[in-house]
Amino acid sequence: MADGNGSSATPILEVRDVEKRFGATLALDRISLTLNKGEILALLGDNGAGKSTLIKILSGVVKPDAGEILIDGDRVSIGSPHDARALGIETVYQDLALFDNFDATGNFYAGREPVKPGWLGALGWVTDRSMARETEELLERLQVNIARDDEIGLMSGGQRQAVACARAIAFGKRIVILDEPTSALGARESGNVLRLIREAPEHGVSVILISHNMEHVMKVADRAVVLRQGKYVGEETPDAEHHERLVAMIVGSGADDSEDSEDSEDLEERFARDEKTAEERR
Amino acid sequence: MSAIGHASGIEVPRASDSGLKMVLWVIRMGPPLILLLLCLILTLLTPFFLTGDNLTNLLVQVAPLAAIAIGQLFVILVGGIDLSVGSLIALTTVTGSLAFQHLGGGFVTLVAMLLTGLLAGLINAVLYVKGRMPHSFIPTLAMLNAASGLALLLSDGRPTPGMPGIVTTIGGSDIAGIPVAIIVVAGLAGLAGMLARKLRWGRWIYLVGGDREAARRLGIPVDRVVMSVFLISGFCASVAGVITAGRTNAGFPTAGQLQELASISAVIIGGASFWGGRGTLTGAVVGAFIFGVINNGLNLLNVSVYWQLIAIGVIVVVAVELDVLRRQLEERFRTLQAHGS
Repeated sequence: MADGNGSSATPILEVRDVEKRFGATLALDRISLTLNKGEILALLGDNGAGKSTLIKILSGVVKPDAGEILIDGDRVSIGSPHDARALGIETVYQDLALFDNFDATGNFYAGREPVKPGWLGALGWVTDRSMARETEELLERLQVNIARDDEIGLMSGGQRQAVACARAIAFGKRIVILDEPTSALGARESGNVLRLIREAPEHGVSVILISHNMEHVMKVADRAVVLRQGKYVGEETPDAEHHERLVAMIVGSGADDSEDSEDSEDLEERFARDEKTAEERR
Repeated sequence: MSAIGHASGIEVPRASDSGLKMVLWVIRMGPPLILLLLCLILTLLTPFFLTGDNLTNLLVQVAPLAAIAIGQLFVILVGGIDLSVGSLIALTTVTGSLAFQHLGGGFVTLVAMLLTGLLAGLINAVLYVKGRMPHSFIPTLAMLNAASGLALLLSDGRPTPGMPGIVTTIGGSDIAGIPVAIIVVAGLAGLAGMLARKLRWGRWIYLVGGDREAARRLGIPVDRVVMSVFLISGFCASVAGVITAGRTNAGFPTAGQLQELASISAVIIGGASFWGGRGTLTGAVVGAFIFGVINNGLNLLNVSVYWQLIAIGVIVVVAVELDVLRRQLEERFRTLQAHGS
């Protein structure tokens, strides 16, 4: 990969030869991929493919053993979830990390509540009114039609997912990572969340979408990268024409790869519990 | 109102659509209504209830319980309980007595008393968080015993008379018929209310109580937040200790017995959730008053103290069942939201 091809075509995210080992198992085997500005990239693969490990690395939960990560062309190290957020990466996990006892405003600003200027701010006096106003604006801008002062605990799965995605899109400065955002939703609610994802680039973020649902991927993603057993298999534009080819890459039929790492898959699954629960829900 | 949805917008019904929300509101408004009802009933049943003397007496009795209920609320908000607050009342009165005897000076005594609760709270916090104990029940149970033992040791198991003026003023005097103790507790409630409703740290306490893991992931310093509630609770216990010492003008090694359970009951009666994340300061104080009014009323009516204990037991069960009912209703609400409209 040539360095310094510079100019405006610099991808927002570049993963280079990233490797991650859990014990004796190679969970990620020199994975390289890029995410372009304003792009929606789908990450496909079966259980144990390494998707979860990869997004955990990008969101600072897991540290890679080797390889580099570049953001806007600069090498970065993502040592913690806090680092990831500071770099403009927001991740929506399947459990959403929402607080049932708060309304949309409280959830949007959880952990980053703005405070008043001066000594009141030093005390940590929060600015409720401006938070509420900005939440109203954000919900309006993202066309999420929920009342900002309704408790999240009283919302349906689709509404909750919408709030979590809206929070990530609104606060993510560069990249939003979505882990199975539609896996627990019915058709109508999925449609709403998919619209939110499709429009995310208009709000200045690029998206990495993990999904088992090929139909949803074809609806929103610009490009799909396939991983299998920790290896990069290939990529394709996710449309009707390439559907079968993508599925073949995911399941690994008629390919050159060695089916030797059965137990490595088991181990990886244990580390990547997220993927397992996703499968159970389906 | 019905579902409002733009063609491109997310189509959802407003949560206010359902009558369920009304029921939820009533459950949440329950504690103040119960208190009002109790006062009304007692006023009708006995002419002695609504008299100046009795109300002053009631306020003085409730003050220490209200103080520890305020601290207990914050612990319950993060999903814990603090069993040590009753013993800490006793220990505070004893350290106050010792400080007054050996160091003299009202201010020094007061500071020593307040530090007692803070220090014990810090020990609770460190044991629980840094010691990675499975539940706050354990370190605070240990503190209940240790503080009680220490109070008895330091005082030879006897009440030690003599408190400085500042302490007796706080615990035993009144301004225009309003006990200073209740004014102090009102001030404490004001500060706690500001923390709970206006300050970021208070917001974080509720967030940590709502979902500890999510809070951690969003960068909230969960451990420090959890530790802080035990410090707050310890401090509130020592304020209750100052009031108790002032009222009795003595160090009292057996003061505050079972008050930890009374404070937990008060907070739960006041509508806080044992699951954490829910509960208001007003609720906790109202809960303490419900507790106090029941005791006071049954006394006035010459009902045996045994019945008072049973009454409290029943009310706690009812309060917790209301919380369970609230959760079920919310669950139903969610299902309606997903399938309805």
